[in-house]
Amino acid sequence: MAKKLMKGNEAIGEAAVCAGALNYFAYPITPQSEVAEYLCWRLPEVGGAFVQAESEVAVGNMLFGAACSGKRVFTTSSSPGISLMQEAISYMAGAHLPVVLINIMRGGPGLGGILPAQSDYFQATKGGGHGDYRTLVLAPASVQEAVDLTILAFDLADKYRNPVMIIGDAMIGQMMESVEFPEKYREQNDPAESDWALNGAKGRESRILKSLYLDPEKLDENSFMLANKYDMMKKDEIRYELYNISEKNRLLVVSYGTMSRVIQTAIDEIGEEEGISVGLMRPITLYPFPGQQLYDEAVKPNIEKVLSIEMSVGQMVEDVERFVRGKKPVEFSGRTGGIVPTPDDVKGYIRKSLGIEK
Amino acid sequence: MAKQKEVVFAGFGGQGVMTAGQLLAYTAMEEGKNVVWIPSYGPEMRGGTANCTIVISDGRIGSPIINNPMSACVFNRPSLDKFGALVKKGGLLLINSSLIDVKSGRDDITEILVPVNDIAIKVGNPKVANMAMLAAFIEATDAVSFDSLLSMMEKKMGGGKKKELLEINHRAIEEGRKVVTGKVNI
Repeated sequence: MAKKLMKGNEAIGEAAVCAGALNYFAYPITPQSEVAEYLCWRLPEVGGAFVQAESEVAVGNMLFGAACSGKRVFTTSSSPGISLMQEAISYMAGAHLPVVLINIMRGGPGLGGILPAQSDYFQATKGGGHGDYRTLVLAPASVQEAVDLTILAFDLADKYRNPVMIIGDAMIGQMMESVEFPEKYREQNDPAESDWALNGAKGRESRILKSLYLDPEKLDENSFMLANKYDMMKKDEIRYELYNISEKNRLLVVSYGTMSRVIQTAIDEIGEEEGISVGLMRPITLYPFPGQQLYDEAVKPNIEKVLSIEMSVGQMVEDVERFVRGKKPVEFSGRTGGIVPTPDDVKGYIRKSLGIEK
Repeated sequence: MAKQKEVVFAGFGGQGVMTAGQLLAYTAMEEGKNVVWIPSYGPEMRGGTANCTIVISDGRIGSPIINNPMSACVFNRPSLDKFGALVKKGGLLLINSSLIDVKSGRDDITEILVPVNDIAIKVGNPKVANMAMLAAFIEATDAVSFDSLLSMMEKKMGGGKKKELLEINHRAIEEGRKVVTGKVNI
């Protein structure tokens, strides 16, 4: 298919259509409202439905109900809206339901601001709602990757019968880049082929999708079933990208999303202008985190330190510390509130970390 | 590192800065280049300046956020005040001299005065001021070819009733080009 120039938010909407996900529930919020704006005309064209709910709490519960049908369901929102959905996300995880949740993050806490941030890392990767569960979390760094990961998210949600979340900062949603969609658009799931969906129990045993288990043995069993799925994800779903890795690297930077692109520019410039060699690891799956891969890069003898750079006050850095296991010093740099550090800022962080005066 | 071109289009809402920037981005994409178009959004848009940044590159585009662009096209005084100082040393600043009667005061960049509103009125439609500016930018920098620009315009604006509008745009582009007397290597 020919390349198109599209805003990230609109491209995410088209990617969902491409993935055969035609059941969309949402409530508008900056900076992702263009997804809803796009889908409110696009979904009717392809026989889909967009229900604008009365609140994000309602969105979460509509998703819960609709996901039971076995068809692909999804929502898009931004940080405060995602918080309001957490109860339903926990219930869906407990009931083993596939759902795709797209969070175009803004600064927080509270209502925060509307500009780009990465302040929902903890919420996305550590569960978010109550109980022993995880969501699989994907973090795109370009509009094309937002498309690719949206399509992948639906496949992974079906594969593991688990909520999958995409976290993109507002820059991913707002910027236009060229994108290509797959030639072939996927049909909607056929619930008749499902071995778990609720589609009427005619001629078969009834099925129950629930997260309530008053028998402790049963709840223990269900929770470990979930844990087994997460172990499978850790084995099969870890995705990441390395940039400028070489034996000359003195510093290993860890960063995701838009921030990682700013860092790529800074790495190019500081290498060229000052001869300082820096490598980058960009996790694409934030959960499961590429922990062993990070460890393997960090322990290389040429690496003096590991630096996590985020558009937050320091969240992913806790996972970086956890996986580096004390083998190298781990530091954090970043800004938040809607401020995206510039390549010059990043060069400053790199120099500071390495103790280089300019 | 691949050489990339960066430009900010800035003005009041309604001056067509977003459209001009998008047309440039579409054209560059059609030429097979990588492009990023980023709008200003959020509270700063209300009552202030609207602006967008376009990055064009033959290679991979790293940071989509450009704090000091190589070039800027400013359509009103607040945009000159904001972006005039941000253009990189050795860069290019195109000033809408129909509405702005001062320059940036810098001697380390190239400045070109383009009376885009006067041009637009001369060719018959005040709305095509943005095209005169875009043409001047392309003439000075060769960011894309005019052939690609014209074919993209045709594609976007279509034929039929809009043919007359297309012709006015063509005239605005011709007039915008005439203002520029030399190339600027950015």
